[in-house]
Amino acid sequence: MRLGLVIDLDTCVGCHACATACKEWNASSPVSGPLSDYEPFGAEPSGVWFNRVRHYELGEYPASKTINFPMSCMHCADADCVTVCPTGASYKRDDGIVLVDQDKCMGCNLCAWACPYGARELDTASGTMKKCTLCVDRINDELLPPEERQPACVLACPTHGRFFGDFDDPASEVSRLTAERGGFGLMPELGYAPVNQYLPPREPKTVIAASDVKALLERGLASLASPVIRR
Amino acid sequence: MTRTIAFDQRSRQQTHFTTCYMCACRCGIKVTVESNKVRFIQGNLNHPVNKGVLCAKGSAGIMKQYSAAKLKKPLKRRPGSERGTADFVEIEWDEALEILTARLSKIRSTNPTQLAFFTGRDQMQALSGLWAQQFGTPNWAAHGGFCSVNMAVAGLYTIGYSFWEFGAPDWEHAKYFLLWGVAEDHSSNPIKIGLEKLKRRGAKFVSINPIRTGYSAIADEWLPIRPGTDGLLALAIVHVLLKRGLIDWEFLIRYTNAPWLVVQTPGIAGDGLFARDAEDHPLVWDQQAQRLVNGLEPEIAPALFATVKLDDGRVAKSVLSLAAERYLDERYSPEQVAATCGVPAETITRIAYEMAHVAFNEAVELPISWTDMHGRTHDKVVGRPVAMYAMRGISAHSNGFHTCRALHLIQMLLGALEGPGNFRARAPYPRRIPMRTLPENDPAIIFAADTPLKRMPNGNPARPEDLVIDKDGRPLRIDKAYSWETPLSPHGLMHMVITNAANRDPYPIDTLLLFMANMAWNSTMNTGEVREMLVRKDDRGEYVIPFLVVVDAFHSETVNFADLVLPDTTYLERYDAISLLDRPISEPDAAADAIRHPVIALDRDVRPWQEVLVELASRLKFPAFTSADGSRKFRDYKDFIVNYEKFPGIGFLAGWRGADGESHLRGAPNPKQWEKYIENQSFFSYPWPENMRYYRFANKDYLEFAEKHALFGTPPVAVIMQMYSEPLQKFRLAGQGLYDGPQPSSPTDQERLARYFDPLPFWYEPLESARVSHDEYPLHAITQRPMMMYHSWDSQNAWLRQIISENYLYMNRGTAARLGLADFDWVWVESHHGRLRCQLKTMEGVEANTVWTWNAVGRQAGTAGLDEDASEATAGFLFNHLISELLPKGNADDRRLTNSDPVTGQAAWFDLRVKVSKCAVGETGIWPIFPMSKRLPGDTGRRPSTLRYHTEAPS
Repeated sequence: MRLGLVIDLDTCVGCHACATACKEWNASSPVSGPLSDYEPFGAEPSGVWFNRVRHYELGEYPASKTINFPMSCMHCADADCVTVCPTGASYKRDDGIVLVDQDKCMGCNLCAWACPYGARELDTASGTMKKCTLCVDRINDELLPPEERQPACVLACPTHGRFFGDFDDPASEVSRLTAERGGFGLMPELGYAPVNQYLPPREPKTVIAASDVKALLERGLASLASPVIRR
Repeated sequence: MTRTIAFDQRSRQQTHFTTCYMCACRCGIKVTVESNKVRFIQGNLNHPVNKGVLCAKGSAGIMKQYSAAKLKKPLKRRPGSERGTADFVEIEWDEALEILTARLSKIRSTNPTQLAFFTGRDQMQALSGLWAQQFGTPNWAAHGGFCSVNMAVAGLYTIGYSFWEFGAPDWEHAKYFLLWGVAEDHSSNPIKIGLEKLKRRGAKFVSINPIRTGYSAIADEWLPIRPGTDGLLALAIVHVLLKRGLIDWEFLIRYTNAPWLVVQTPGIAGDGLFARDAEDHPLVWDQQAQRLVNGLEPEIAPALFATVKLDDGRVAKSVLSLAAERYLDERYSPEQVAATCGVPAETITRIAYEMAHVAFNEAVELPISWTDMHGRTHDKVVGRPVAMYAMRGISAHSNGFHTCRALHLIQMLLGALEGPGNFRARAPYPRRIPMRTLPENDPAIIFAADTPLKRMPNGNPARPEDLVIDKDGRPLRIDKAYSWETPLSPHGLMHMVITNAANRDPYPIDTLLLFMANMAWNSTMNTGEVREMLVRKDDRGEYVIPFLVVVDAFHSETVNFADLVLPDTTYLERYDAISLLDRPISEPDAAADAIRHPVIALDRDVRPWQEVLVELASRLKFPAFTSADGSRKFRDYKDFIVNYEKFPGIGFLAGWRGADGESHLRGAPNPKQWEKYIENQSFFSYPWPENMRYYRFANKDYLEFAEKHALFGTPPVAVIMQMYSEPLQKFRLAGQGLYDGPQPSSPTDQERLARYFDPLPFWYEPLESARVSHDEYPLHAITQRPMMMYHSWDSQNAWLRQIISENYLYMNRGTAARLGLADFDWVWVESHHGRLRCQLKTMEGVEANTVWTWNAVGRQAGTAGLDEDASEATAGFLFNHLISELLPKGNADDRRLTNSDPVTGQAAWFDLRVKVSKCAVGETGIWPIFPMSKRLPGDTGRRPSTLRYHTEAPS
């Protein structure tokens, strides 16, 4: 199994719903909560978040394009963060999820340095490293209704731009979308085999061909006589 | 490798379905509670509004619930202290209610207009409006006057429904979608859900917006338009459509007043009104019968283009002839408008062609049988799948009313309204044009002691006689709504209330009651001076606004100015009805309403404002709240909601009515109605059968059903779309001195009516822009609310403020280079009214002549539960200081005019023009800065340096 996320950059409006849904679920999660907030009411508030949305611009005005880019743990197939962990706290599950055992972590930060995606967050209050769990305690919780056994970010996303599934299953939605839409992983050249895939913005469709314009105008001009139409 | 994972202990949790409150979407939520603490808030999968998804605000509701800014107990300004210093003493509810009851009772028994009751993001206007009506004051409105009233009035006077809450795009069928000026605002989740549907189906999404963020980021095409010129762009599209005959003639003939004949007698009374027969029916020229006929009859063959001589010898022209004369003029050609709008002419022409192509060559046909208003049954529904949506960028300009009408004109020409793929109505709309609810305007009733108004304070004037003015033409309302200055202002002018009250113009008031409206900060124009007005004293040393009551759940800047503070609950702690009598949550395919119920037990001495309203109404013995024997009619808010009937069988909640709970929409009160809602996940949805889903303005079955259920106040006659607006022309005639009825005496009012009450949409430069030097103030300045904070005051939210807690001035990178400015420069931003200092950031995705910032991030230190050094106070700023509630003085003015749309009174936030200059070396830091607010009683001001929120103790 290779569980992970597909994130659709064509529909992401940068609303941060995924980020806050993640924050609220994991704050009280027995797996890695709480997620500490520092100076929550003061200057420069910050805190532990597993998922952050960044905003970029491509191209120059007026042809510029704004890209909203959510980033979280890629659950790499070849996860260096696990390899470098001196205590065995970081581990990769059989289903592909990379987790941190909070009881074993000593907060040494080696894994954060090893991660090229900036996905790991040191909780200075607990002194341990925290990160996206793919909501392991949702997707495996048999007391939740089946339709809710999804990561919190996927459930919340208002533009349905996030998908969860098994990339080892070619019939899964995540595999199908990646194949159909040209999904890509970030920085594959680094060799960590990130599991999460991003779908690029769709190419804008041409609405009207030159021949359509001609036909349209001919028809329009023919109708200008205001035909007799019964009310 | 697999190790054991711990799960939530579900046995100690409860789940509740209720309704979110953070914005006017009012999504369904499922709240998981553990030990009376919120474990998780998620979207309700079954809810018609959000269908399971939830925005950032909704998910961060936990931090709203546990905000450090929550008020805890009623407060009274300390005797002898100065207003505005936040020097309060805590009092008991009994005392608070006694103080207020005594004050209100005295006002009501002497001069009820001395109470002004204005509400902010009020989600219960049906109750607060009823309360004001029963009190007997005309001085009531909610925040629509500074939000969306241009959209509401333009829509309701033109198509019978409107952008924002009274309609929605058909995301399932639209193939071409234009989003006009939606600044990450209305509406939140429904637009997001819809945009993805469009994208998945390969529909084209065009965004017309000076800024490319948020929704515009994912547009297939971005048209960076100059602020305030959307109407010109829309009318250039109209020019192309008319010139090329790209028009749905059948739609115009059947469903609009395009063929109606308009009397042409310039300079003579009656000019510009419809030619009518003896029974008052509008006349059209029948092309086959070759005579004048009643334009409402079926089977006639009206001429769309006609100039005819009426029986009395007067000349009349059809509406479409008048429209063609106007819009075919070269001044509306793409080539002529391109430079003003900043959109190339070829782009405008192409967009018009694309819309027409989709409308006419890619029509949608659904095999749905329906019956039209004449009883003719059709075997299919045809849709021209072009949809539009529009909001802030259109509404917040002083030309927004006409711009919005121009958008509706495009929709009419394309036949793209209420069909599959169009902008469609949400129940209880469409409604008759104009709606037959008139504002109370009888001075004898308005000034009568202890007497409710006979009509509601707000309504929809159709002619000058409906204005709320005295016999000398002076305004009867404190906000001067429905006066000659802004005649069609059904949402009031909340942004003028404090200025007018401080000037005692048109009269002094005694008590200003503000609910959930931050009028001493981000919800007002001219923030600094308005704060001064709130504490202004007269020659005798008395406050010019003698008594100020603030109702809020949180410590806002406005709370500091109160004489009496009534603390509200949060949305998770109370009962609420989200009523069809109010702002609907219906979707095009279903009428819907909803409730809230407490899911968290109260832990402080606060009361729901609606509960307090019912209590005050009972103590003051309002007739609607008092039984014949003088005893109170309703035990409490819950009891009121169940048992109050607006009309027989019509109450606040439409679901599960009747003694047995089996009647929907209309039925006797059901004592178990709240329980039924809670059983049904706190919402009620009444899906329309297929035959009532489309063309409802002319759909016989729908219109008859609507009348029977008194949902719509509409007799079952078709709603004819008003391309040409006769009510506007009546006001224009009054301005021209040609109206047989009230007419204004001031030349300023006469000129404004003659110019702006044009019965056909037109474009004019926004008023402020036309009165300031473009050389001196070359840039447009507008705001957006961050998506994760839209329509809410969430700068106090400990999670959301980690995403944004300070703001910058954003400028086009090329423009900045030309001005010698660079990222993080400190700059002065100056308008005709004021100036501020802030820091600059450059970007590509903003129109070259526009600067912008995030709205309402900046806060006064010490408010909102924040630390003294919170970045909102030290690095956040408001444009409000630059925006005056009054227009710069014009040459011919005899008085200062409101900075608002001259038709609707909509606050013209986005008309602002500024210059930006680099600060001197060493000149840094946000300016203006306001002094630190005193902490409220019981608040030590100590905040945790680390917050570790969780429902169960961490291991």
